[in-house]
Amino acid sequence: MADAGMLRFHVPEPEVRPGGTPDFSNVTIPKAGSVPRPEIDVDPRTIRDMAFSIIRVLNRAGEAVGPWAGLLNDEELLEGLRHMMTLRTFDARMQMAQRQGKTSFYMQHLGEEAVSSAFRKALKPGDMNFPTYRQAGLLVADGYPMVTMMNQIYSNEADPLKGRQLPVMYSSKEHGFFSISGNLATQYIQAVGWAMASAISNDSRIAAAWIGDGSTAESDFHSALVFASTYKAPVILNVVNNQWAISTFQGIARGGSGTFAARGLGFGIPALRVDGNDYLAVHAVAKWAAERARANLGPTLVEYVTYRAGAHSTSDDPSAYRPKAESDAWPLGDPVIRLKNHLIHKGAWSEDRHTQAEAEILETVIAAQKEAEGHGTLHAGGKPSTRDMFEGLYEEMPPHLRRQRQQAGV
Amino acid sequence: MPRKTMIEAIRDALDVSMGRDERVIVYGEDVGFFGGVFRATQGLQAKYGRSRCFDAPINESGIVGSAIGMAAYGLKPCVEIQFADYMYPAYDQLTQEAARLRYRSNGDFTCPIVVRMPTGGGIFGGQTHSQSPEALFTHVSGLKTVVPSNPHDAKGLLIAAIEDPDPVIFLEPKRLYNGPFDGHHDRPVTPWSKHELGEVADGHYSIPLGKAAIRRQGSAVTVLAYGTMVYVAQAAAEETGIDAEIIDLRTLLPLDLDTIVASVKKTGRCVVVHEATLTSGFGAELAALVQENCFYHLEAPVARVAGWDTPYPHAQEWDYFPGPARVGRALVETLEA
Repeated sequence: MADAGMLRFHVPEPEVRPGGTPDFSNVTIPKAGSVPRPEIDVDPRTIRDMAFSIIRVLNRAGEAVGPWAGLLNDEELLEGLRHMMTLRTFDARMQMAQRQGKTSFYMQHLGEEAVSSAFRKALKPGDMNFPTYRQAGLLVADGYPMVTMMNQIYSNEADPLKGRQLPVMYSSKEHGFFSISGNLATQYIQAVGWAMASAISNDSRIAAAWIGDGSTAESDFHSALVFASTYKAPVILNVVNNQWAISTFQGIARGGSGTFAARGLGFGIPALRVDGNDYLAVHAVAKWAAERARANLGPTLVEYVTYRAGAHSTSDDPSAYRPKAESDAWPLGDPVIRLKNHLIHKGAWSEDRHTQAEAEILETVIAAQKEAEGHGTLHAGGKPSTRDMFEGLYEEMPPHLRRQRQQAGV
Repeated sequence: MPRKTMIEAIRDALDVSMGRDERVIVYGEDVGFFGGVFRATQGLQAKYGRSRCFDAPINESGIVGSAIGMAAYGLKPCVEIQFADYMYPAYDQLTQEAARLRYRSNGDFTCPIVVRMPTGGGIFGGQTHSQSPEALFTHVSGLKTVVPSNPHDAKGLLIAAIEDPDPVIFLEPKRLYNGPFDGHHDRPVTPWSKHELGEVADGHYSIPLGKAAIRRQGSAVTVLAYGTMVYVAQAAAEETGIDAEIIDLRTLLPLDLDTIVASVKKTGRCVVVHEATLTSGFGAELAALVQENCFYHLEAPVARVAGWDTPYPHAQEWDYFPGPARVGRALVETLEA
């Protein structure tokens, strides 16, 4: 080969920056219903192409088509729609509460509601999620009280975490929702350990690990895949690819080729890619992976292709790094509207009923908010005691902490 | 009573714990079939099966991270990091996750794990087989840190650590695995079979975490030590003829401050010794606590003898390791001060 001259350093860049016209023409979207549904005991080597396609159920006309359709009845779909709408309304209210100074921080799910809401319905009681900070749909879909979520966000006197945690870092063992940590990716390998423990104990429960596209670059993503692969742990390894990690586009975590799902293939882990804005597809794929895990067939990696329509957090302004209208151009659309259209198409829903449901949900969320604010907000009303700061670090308080608590005058 | 090496005592503690509680799971690199590079888990896989004792991929963060998940499920993992020098990839999991899980979830989830790691130098281990990183754990709220110095304590403390409801870092001075070591590298090593602390009772017993042991009663000066330095301090006291009271801390956090304060108030002098590097080492915390609690009883500045503030060298092993001569000099100077 001829002398190639000077080396040049490569830094991936998104196609478009602020001021540009959103362009997703490079995102290949397969037709709904076009990806086959293999048996759960399929030889992973024979379905490698599924890591490069996208499983979709809902087509443009709002019909559910193909082999992944038909798992949910109308009642279940209406419940799913309600969960997503509730999460969206909850987000909007809490976003506003942050702007009003009632809490220090909030993170929305806008555009990603289907992923966690639909996934939850594929699990059984006793299964355990190891979520990131953007899967509150798991709680909403499991009936976790909204007031309790708000109490945590407000760090008030009724906060189940006693004001120790940043807003949205919920914890509920009872609802299969592992304590959220600020340190990214740590929970991914912990989920695998939980699943290993279930297998060691000859239990039938499974774990679900959650991570975003950006955090797949963390070493614990690799740790989790190695351990899940080695011990065939009953875990679903979820990657929510919402295209953005704060300001960095997904190419910074992944480079210009392949998919996040494809990362599972090198570990011998079957990997599926699914339309994250398609409630039915998310549920169907989650169910497939859950059945595999429960049948002792081992882990599955699932990449949810979606788009982070909102800001990263209340501390972020996306217009500084991406076009303002980019979410409108996102080819997989809006999960709420797509499910709504599907139900209308089936005759199980209407525009009027939707408008009415929106109003009802808003009323419910506002009522919950009122109740939560009765327990206080971050800077006003009831708050956790200073004593709570010293409690609960160890099961039994060691002498040095007792001394410090006394020094603090509590 | 039977005498055992520290390795045998640790294996015995694991065996007893696994036998009593089927939630106790033991794993780490080379821990399963082979029984560990130091033989601490030998025979456990054969006895308890591969579900209870198994080999792990070479991934410290994975070992500790998976153990946290297991603990959240309800098991009691006792995992091994092959050398304390290699715990750094797991530091995120240890400090941000294991240490905080109970606190951040308000007890919704807990983390009763034990992380065993061989520690310390004096074995020509060089930079990455000799470190003493205990201060990196004692600085972390939510962890407990234990360093045994003999087979009897190693078994009792490890059983207590496994039964403890919170995460415990269990640092095993590998220099002491086969016999006590006083820093006289030029003399033959005596095995634990010749030492009374090599007596290890059969079956279950535990030594409470947070309680120090006075190894030598004395009236002239208090020596605060742990691990290998307990024997170095004993040798230094004998060789200088100074009537030192030697306290083996055993648990660094929670610390047995009462025993320390009572001793220093009696002797009026204090020398802190550890293998770890000096600056911001655990000795700084000990010296500060002694100063705060015993100021009006002190007749001399609190002295610290520690490893130099350099990476642990290979060829200069005995210039680095704080041996009996250096500790002895500190004792003499503290008495003369």
